[in-house]
Formats: sequence, structure tokens, C-alpha cells
Amino acid sequence: MAALLEVKGLQAYYGQTQALHDVSFELEEGGITTLLGANGAGKTTTLRAVCGMVRTGGEINLGGKRINGVATEEIVRMGVAHVPEGRGTFVNLSVEENLKLGSFVQRDKSRVQRDLDLVFNYFPRLKERLQQQAGTLSGGEQQMLAIARALMLAPRLMLLDEPSFGLAPLVVQEIFRIMKRINEEEKVSMLLVEQNAALALNLADHAYVLETGNVVMSGPASVVKDDEGIRRSYLGY
Amino acid sequence: MDLFIQQVTSGLANGAIYASVALALVMIYTATEHINFAQGEMAMFSCYVAWQLIDWGTPYWIAFFAAIAISFAGGVTIERVILRRFHNAPVLSLIIVFIGLLVIFNSVAGWIWSFIIKEFPSPFRNLDTGTTLVGPHDLGVVAITLVILTALFLFFRFTPLGLAMRAAAQNPVSAKLVGVRVGWMLALGWGLAAAVGAVAGMMVAPIVFLDPNMMAGILLYGFASALLGGITNPGGAVLGGFILGVLENLVGTYLIGNDLKLTVALVIVVSVLIFKPSGLFGKVRVKRV
Repeated sequence: MAALLEVKGLQAYYGQTQALHDVSFELEEGGITTLLGANGAGKTTTLRAVCGMVRTGGEINLGGKRINGVATEEIVRMGVAHVPEGRGTFVNLSVEENLKLGSFVQRDKSRVQRDLDLVFNYFPRLKERLQQQAGTLSGGEQQMLAIARALMLAPRLMLLDEPSFGLAPLVVQEIFRIMKRINEEEKVSMLLVEQNAALALNLADHAYVLETGNVVMSGPASVVKDDEGIRRSYLGY
Repeated sequence: MDLFIQQVTSGLANGAIYASVALALVMIYTATEHINFAQGEMAMFSCYVAWQLIDWGTPYWIAFFAAIAISFAGGVTIERVILRRFHNAPVLSLIIVFIGLLVIFNSVAGWIWSFIIKEFPSPFRNLDTGTTLVGPHDLGVVAITLVILTALFLFFRFTPLGLAMRAAAQNPVSAKLVGVRVGWMLALGWGLAAAVGAVAGMMVAPIVFLDPNMMAGILLYGFASALLGGITNPGGAVLGGFILGVLENLVGTYLIGNDLKLTVALVIVVSVLIFKPSGLFGKVRVKRV
């Protein structure tokens, strides 16, 4: 299978500080890859690097095309939907307006209604809250809204930054189930960053473990999950 | 009683102009958190463009809309060519840039058209209001302003582009993540602000006459209106404009005399900042430090 996203020797910088030193990984078309690691390992930075939000070195290829240095909004227009840490909700806008923003770059206006129906199919709760100000939604609903907005972009690749953060276990389970469905039914590839390794390894097919800006381990999710050594040393459970 | 009504209606007309200037300031402020000190001089320059077109024999309304279009293009160009280089600059650098723009526009206008005061026509001079309580120009100003404000409201509220502009102003990072070209949204905001300012200028020019310094006081009133209504709230700023216009006239007529009217604006600026910095309708901003 061809790699949709190919990252080679990625470095990333915040000002003078180097946050990533040597990160390489691949994401197959239609697959779910997860990046694991402790706080400060560089997981979020890697996602930010992929969508052009930090200064990078090395190579990031999307569908065979190098995207280093391309502006974030243009990478988004190439089909990369980033669900950021903290969800990036437009808190003062209504749920409907948040979703409409997701289809801002959609040229085919007849598709917008179809995508909306699709989103409501996955997140019926959002349909009930359409006119509500997005900032008044619960944490779980805001996370759903963030994924829904990303889905409105009709993306090839979704970057998910800790979708479980700060949510009750039941809500997390619900959201992960929906992510799985989106991956299978809409053929959206996913790059998932998680603190909750057990959860991520159940969803993903490939896993990479990061430590201080380097990839220290990688392999199929099932193998990483069953390797007690990796679990003890890097994932802490 | 007639005097009172006359003062209120002409106050509403002035208020409409302050409201437009306030709205122009708020549009740029909500997106960038900066006050464009050159907003008034840009409007003045737009007036000169209109005056020049009229002087060349262009009919008033064609000159009016041409000046708006030119101002819009000018606003976009200023943002794209000059301001975008200062997106991450410290506040003081930006203030210098704004003051620079102010001085440049003022001097260039004086250089091209001289500092001699010119007359600027009012398209409403022959309008019959059917009463002596409302001046024809005052009525026209209020009508034009309401049309412009409604159009802007509809644009921001109901079009995808307007939505994208609001999104870019509220949360630029997330806006980029849905593919909105935030830089261009800022430029569009500058264009719209310049266009609204141009309308305000052309409406006030028949009253204060055309000269390179005509907008200095108006900008102060606009700023006071925006602060009064809440500098983060476009609707509030507009309302603030109307309140200030009426208040200024009444205080001028009944309390302090017309010569001291401008102090009303200053008193309002200072009192709002002391007693209610968020304005009447603005949001209180809490910042984590």
C-alpha cells in the first residue's frame, strides 16, 4: 500500500528551541497510526509540523508531494484536517456556524448538505444543539464538534490531538467508537496522538513511540500492545 | 421644544457619522486588537478622491460609489503591503506605523489638493423633508448610514465569507485549520473599514468642509463612541455613536455651549476607561498572566 503521509528525519523548532530531532514514520492510506509517549515527547509538535504550524527541517510528504514550508491553510485545502489540542472551537459562534466553517473551502456546494447529514449521522447530539453557542457545549460535545468540523472538510487525513483529554471514560469510548466508524466508512486516514496508550493501541494499526523528540520504538499496534518491555519503559502501564 | 427636537435629530445625524467611524475602528480592533489611528485620515483622503471626481464632472453618486470602491482597494492594499509585515510586531511599532500612515495621508492630501478649505456637495440639499425640524442633509445621512450598517450586518451574519472573517478575527489558528486564508481576511477587513470610513467622510464633509484636518475631531468622536458602546462589539459601537451624537448636541445646547462640545468626547473616553473599561455592551476580557 502506498504511504499517504511519509515523514523522514523531521526536525521542528519553536524559535531557537529544537523540539523534534529525528522523527520518521509512515501512514498508510486508510490506516490509523498513533504516536505515543510521555509529556514533552514531541507528539503534539509532530502534528503541528505536519500541518505547517511550526518551523521544520527534514521531509514531510503528503501523497508523494513535499509539504514542508507550505502555509497551514493550504495544507488544509490539500485534505488534511487537524483536530487540535483544546479542540479549537469558535466559542462565540453557533454550532451550525462552526460546522459551516468546516465546509468553507468546499467548492462543491451541493456536497455541503450531504456532508452535514453525514456529520449528524455520526453525531446526532450536535443536530439538537445547532443554534447553541459552541462555547456553552460540554467538553465531550465540543470534542465531537471538533471532529465533526474536521469531517466537514471531507479530508483524506485527520490529525487528532488527544481526543480523550479531560473527558469522562464513557464519553471517550463513544468518541473512539465514532472515530473507528469514520475511518472505516469514510476511508479517512488518521494520525492519532494520545496519552492514553491502551485506548490508542486498540484503535490504531501502527504505533510509534516518541521520546524527547525522537522515535524510539515502532511497530504494528498489536505487537507494541503485547510487548511488556515497551509498555513498562515508555507507556507506563 | 422645537429646538430640542432639532438638536436631537441633528445629533442623530452626527451620531450616524460617529457610528460609521466607530464601526470602522471596531472592525480592525476585533481582528487585530489595534486602533487604527489613521482611519480618519484615510476617510479624509477618500473624500478628496470623491471631490476630485466630482470636480472633473462626474455625477455625485458615481463619484460616491467610485470613492468607496477605491477606498476599499486602498484599505486592502495598505494591509497587504504594509501592515502584514507587522503582524507579530510589538504594539509600539504598530502605533508608529499608524501614526506614520496618518501623517502621510494628511501631507499627501495637502500636497495634491492644498490645505485651503473646499466645499463638498451634499446630495440631499434639495431633499424635501416636509418639516423644519429635520434638515435634509441630516435625514440623508441617517438613511445612508442605516443602509450601509444593515448591509454590513447581513454580510457578516449570513454569507460564508462574512462568517470566515468573523472566524478569522475570533480564532485565527482555528480559522487556518479550516482552510481560511486569515491574512486575506484581515486585508478584507481593512478594505471594508476604509470603505465605511469613506462613507462617513463624505457624509460629514458637507458639514465641516473639506480640508486635510477635517477628520481629527470626528476620529476622536468615533473612538469615544466605540469605547462607550464597547470596543469589541460592533452593534454596541454603532449605538454608542448615536448616543454620543445626541448627547453632545444636548450638552452643547443646554449646558456648556457649542465651543466646548469636543470635551464631551474626552469626558466620555476618560469616564468609560475609569468606570467601565469594557463599555456599555462590550465583553469583559479576562487575561491569564
